[in-house]
Amino acid sequence: MSAARLPRVVVALMLLAGSSGTVLAVQPDEVLPDAKLEARARDISSGLRCLVCQNQSIDDSDAPLARDLRLIVRERLKAGDDDRQVQDYVVGRYGEYVLLRPVLALHTLLLWLTPLMALGLGIFGLWRLSRRRADHETKLSPAEEAEIAALTRRDR
Amino acid sequence: MLIEVGHFALALALALSLVQAVMPVWAARSGDAALRAVATPAALGTFACILFSFGALTYAHATSDFSVQNVIENSHTAKPFLYKLSGVWGNHEGSMLLWVLILALFGALVAVARNSVPPVLRANTLAVQGLITFVFVLFIITTSNPFMRVSPAPVEGNDLNPLLQDFGLAIHPPLLYVGYVGFSITFAFAIAALIDGRIDAVWARAVRPWTLIAWSFLTLGIAMGSYWAYYELGWGGWWFWDPVENASLMPWLAGTALLHSTVVMEKRDALKVWTVLLAILTFSLSLLGTFIVRSGVLTSVHSFATDPTRGVFILAILILFIGGSLSLFAWRAPMLRQGGLFAPISREGALVMNNLFLAAACATVFVGTLYPLLLESLTSEKISVGPPFFNYTFIPLAIPLLLIVPFGQTLAWKRGDVHAASQRLFAAMGVALAVGLAVLAWTWGGPMMAPIGIGLGAYLVVGSAMEIVSRARGYGNSRARTVGAVMRRALGLPRSAWGTALAHAGVGIVVLGIAAQGWATEALGTVKPGESLTSGPYVATLDRVGPRTGENYEETTAFLTIRNTAGDFIGTVETGKRFYPSRKMNVTESGLLTIGVSQVYASLGEMVPGGAIGLRLYYKPLVLLIWLGSVVMALGGAVSLTDRRMRVGAPARAKEKAKALPGTMAPAE
Repeated sequence: MSAARLPRVVVALMLLAGSSGTVLAVQPDEVLPDAKLEARARDISSGLRCLVCQNQSIDDSDAPLARDLRLIVRERLKAGDDDRQVQDYVVGRYGEYVLLRPVLALHTLLLWLTPLMALGLGIFGLWRLSRRRADHETKLSPAEEAEIAALTRRDR
Repeated sequence: MLIEVGHFALALALALSLVQAVMPVWAARSGDAALRAVATPAALGTFACILFSFGALTYAHATSDFSVQNVIENSHTAKPFLYKLSGVWGNHEGSMLLWVLILALFGALVAVARNSVPPVLRANTLAVQGLITFVFVLFIITTSNPFMRVSPAPVEGNDLNPLLQDFGLAIHPPLLYVGYVGFSITFAFAIAALIDGRIDAVWARAVRPWTLIAWSFLTLGIAMGSYWAYYELGWGGWWFWDPVENASLMPWLAGTALLHSTVVMEKRDALKVWTVLLAILTFSLSLLGTFIVRSGVLTSVHSFATDPTRGVFILAILILFIGGSLSLFAWRAPMLRQGGLFAPISREGALVMNNLFLAAACATVFVGTLYPLLLESLTSEKISVGPPFFNYTFIPLAIPLLLIVPFGQTLAWKRGDVHAASQRLFAAMGVALAVGLAVLAWTWGGPMMAPIGIGLGAYLVVGSAMEIVSRARGYGNSRARTVGAVMRRALGLPRSAWGTALAHAGVGIVVLGIAAQGWATEALGTVKPGESLTSGPYVATLDRVGPRTGENYEETTAFLTIRNTAGDFIGTVETGKRFYPSRKMNVTESGLLTIGVSQVYASLGEMVPGGAIGLRLYYKPLVLLIWLGSVVMALGGAVSLTDRRMRVGAPARAKEKAKALPGTMAPAE
């Protein structure tokens, strides 16, 4: 349950002197002066995959390509794009592969519906089970009825 | 010479495990009890051979014997001794040898365990375990031989991947493997039951201790891996939904479901077919995990083994065991007698819900992990399924599951009373609500999910405590009046009750730790000596930057002093960048300062001309609870294991007692 981690909440950012070369995730020189815009940039970045890395978001990655993408995201934000437009822009350039959260479309329907289908299947199984048991309990064949009748008569 | 003997011992183990696999099956056909009994010494012999083989490889690593290829590739004379030892399993060949060692160890334990397992079931179980061992030893001998020699021997080795030269990663694989491989026993029991066509409460009782052991170790293994990723990978995350992490999470989810369904089976004679299926799936997922890691099919940060020929072999193993066992299941399961009934509102009903949500969560992780691979091979479309997907799908399944936990403990077997249970859980709900609201008010304007999570965690912890208290207090006439009486009775409760409460409280503690990460703060900046960086309530001042030399690395270290915002001294932290010359690799060593269960986390970035450094500073409130809670969960498993029902020979005595006191019901636990 790492939803709490998702919204990069209180990002206390301090921009001090100097500019560095490259690498190690977000660098001080990349940080936007507008804290709100920067928070949005971080949020968007954490949902974009670093294309040359193994399962890292561009926000976490220290690859140069990730840095380029981070800068693109910030540039688009500065140009006044909303989050959606920034994402669409990056997807337009790099394809759907860049999205860590896959879109909901025909080819991902099965993926997104898995939790519901699994739950539904389980509930259906339980329902069948209870039905079958109810059947077993209530319905006796005429032969069985006769047998029981015979047994109870003998007991008496 | 020792190396060759080790290699030979492995070949001997191959033969012995085949004997262990074949004899009981043969015996079942001929009805020869003596033949069947061969399984026990065969299992012990297999274990002894593999142990010797493993010892030989360990000796080669410990003495830096560079005539062995495996040692050259993964060791170095300057490597600290601990990592020379952990280097044995810090590579593909050695870790597979560790895998079969644990496999054979479990086989040997089943062979000598003196609990009341029917002899046929035991022999069949050993046969299945023998078959698994045989196939994996064959895999090692044919594709991953760790005993390969090199002539002439070089004077120096290539050293172990620096990321793996770490205490956490030294113990992570053994823990994880005991977990993974431990489920092979439940798998073997399930297959044995299917072969035999008989399954009952005795089976459930026989399986339960093994499930508990495997589950506890898997919990610890996953937690250890998570903590390692947290401090070693240098960006402070503790779970990345990485395929390799998912590979360990899936058997854990299925194993947790299995742990609960065997209870239902033992107590209520229900869920038999489902339990057998779960036992098969849990180990299948363990095998899948091995396949994912070992074949490198889904490459990720952790995959340090990438070799397609091995991948194909493991895929064949996967098909043999998963396909074979599921076919056997489809064929034989309909013949198993369906078990007892259960009402929806009862403890077994709650446990069924537990299984429903755990299975759905497991299916989600499974599909999420493999979907990109499948889609690409079918349509050549490339998509990514990353953390946001799992957060959106997994958490909605986890929350209802967690909400049911205290109800499951409180409801009675057969026919529970939701109203009465709610009343008994009133305190837990009240505390949770109060805590959640208080935290919300205190952190107003902060993240909304965090106070909810804190409330949920408190609900679980208090719910577990209340369960012990209310059971110790008793009901009606037998209600204890004094605190002392309650305490005495609490201590007298079955260990399994304590184990359950501890494990569930552990889950609550984990939830608290996760929720608190909503308030984590991050700061990054470029600082010169004397300058500071503030993150949350803490200020780090850079004292100096200097070089430092380790046994096999050079390090540039930043020395920091941590103060609170009022200026009081809290502690010091060192973070550095290490350079390992033998591998020409740079590794960031994060610096951690533990304050209670919270941590200040510093990570050194780039060096800036002019004496400044890039610095990343996190404040991680209550973060240690994530792993401490996991330890509490595993401890709960361990306490349950000491329950007298699980103890060697205990079931026999319990049965005698039950006979002596006709009409008494086993206590609900």
